[in-house]
Amino acid sequence: MFEALSYEFIQNALIAGILVSIASGIIGSLIVVNRMVFLAGGIAHTSYGGIGLAVYFGIPIFLGASLFAVFAALLIAFITLNQKHRSDTFIGLIWAVGMAIGILFVDLTPGYNVDLMSYLFGSILAVSKEDLWFMAALVLIIITVVTFWYRDILAVSYDSEYARLRGVSVKTFYTIILVLSALTVVIAIKIVGLILVIALLTIPIYIAENLSNSLYSMMILSAIISTIFTLTGLLVSYSFDITSGASIILVSALALIVFLILSKIIKYNN
Amino acid sequence: MNVIEIKNLSFSYEKDIILENVNLHVKEKEFLAIIGPNGGGKSTLLKLIIALEKPKIPSIKIFGENPSKNLTSIGYVPQNTNVNTNFPIKVIEVVMMGHVGHKKPLIGYKKEEINCALGVLEQVGMKEFAQNKIGSLSGGQRQRVMIARALCSHPKILLLDEPTSNIDIKGQKEIYNLLKELNKYITIVVVSHDISIILEYASSVAHVNKNLAFHDVSKKRKFHANDGHFCEVELLQMLGEKHV
Repeated sequence: MFEALSYEFIQNALIAGILVSIASGIIGSLIVVNRMVFLAGGIAHTSYGGIGLAVYFGIPIFLGASLFAVFAALLIAFITLNQKHRSDTFIGLIWAVGMAIGILFVDLTPGYNVDLMSYLFGSILAVSKEDLWFMAALVLIIITVVTFWYRDILAVSYDSEYARLRGVSVKTFYTIILVLSALTVVIAIKIVGLILVIALLTIPIYIAENLSNSLYSMMILSAIISTIFTLTGLLVSYSFDITSGASIILVSALALIVFLILSKIIKYNN
Repeated sequence: MNVIEIKNLSFSYEKDIILENVNLHVKEKEFLAIIGPNGGGKSTLLKLIIALEKPKIPSIKIFGENPSKNLTSIGYVPQNTNVNTNFPIKVIEVVMMGHVGHKKPLIGYKKEEINCALGVLEQVGMKEFAQNKIGSLSGGQRQRVMIARALCSHPKILLLDEPTSNIDIKGQKEIYNLLKELNKYITIVVVSHDISIILEYASSVAHVNKNLAFHDVSKKRKFHANDGHFCEVELLQMLGEKHV
């Protein structure tokens, strides 16, 4: 097992796992308390359109996916902020159209034979040094934003009507949260894939929420729990040679079941 | 001096007319009670005053200006304080939201903001709960926290939407005594169903049901018979039967 740590791709995967966990712990907390899980799912799937376009035009896939995901986030922010009625219908639409665009452009690309599954379900083998820099930069941006604008984000998340009354721009912070969600989804694609990313953005967060009495402690705890799940999942993935995304999600789900049973028992005994 | 001035205000959601031709003047340090049936437009009127909703034709002035220019001089206690109770947030953090939008430090909260929040919590009798999670409080306790939050920005007008709907009788009295105390230096506007309590404390009453009828009740305070029983008949006569 320890000899595995000497491989560069394993080191990269572990660092990526930690960086993604920090980002998804913080942003996942914001997604959950703002009830944006469906929106995040929409952004995740839409980003596949960016992957397809990037493959077709031969630009870096990270860049293509990021631009497309951010565009999807802005579109979804615009729709949910301005079209309260049936906005979920439009998000479902964007979700499917994004994926369709991705599949179309992958089909059109001549001689393309890279494993598509790796984008859908994650592939730790593919993490490069550049990816790590991109992830680290995003984590830094996320930490900066939630540190310096914590109280605005807290006010918007807890009671947006009151935040508006106190002069906080709800639309701005709502959009920022969605754009950061989009970028988090993109880096998480490397580790868990775009279909399973939603579990990473919810399972550790659900556990942390039940153990926290403030948003920042929920964010920190989510990041820690997420890191434990991700690293355990990567270990399982390496040991049994299974897809990283699947093993991380199943490890998380198993832990959630244990958590739910334990909290039931504790409640019963009190 | 009029702190709130409404002239010929009409408002509708899509095709449903909510308010029609409403006129209202609220003087400084007035204690105005807004009563009326459900769906009559009481809450909408409050939301128009705090600029959460905007009329097609600007017809509201707060201290002589548009409502959106005077947001910090108004404290607002929303109607439903039972939403989002699972949110991981401490009582003191909720109260300090009242500060948001003021000059604030780079990170976290200033010492005086924390002290101010603890001060208003003490005022509403909730200081010992400052570090508790908001979801662990009862409806009545949560309402007092929301009042503390509204007081945090030192408002000149305090608007409350059904402040006592989740509170037991003893708590209701406490809330209204607190409002009476606050009324010594700020204007208070309360939406409520509870006519008996309102009329003990209010200096004027506005009945809203699409239209608005205004009544000065500051001189007439005898709505209770000798045995302390609340006498509705007198109230009905005074407000005019067509409005109640």
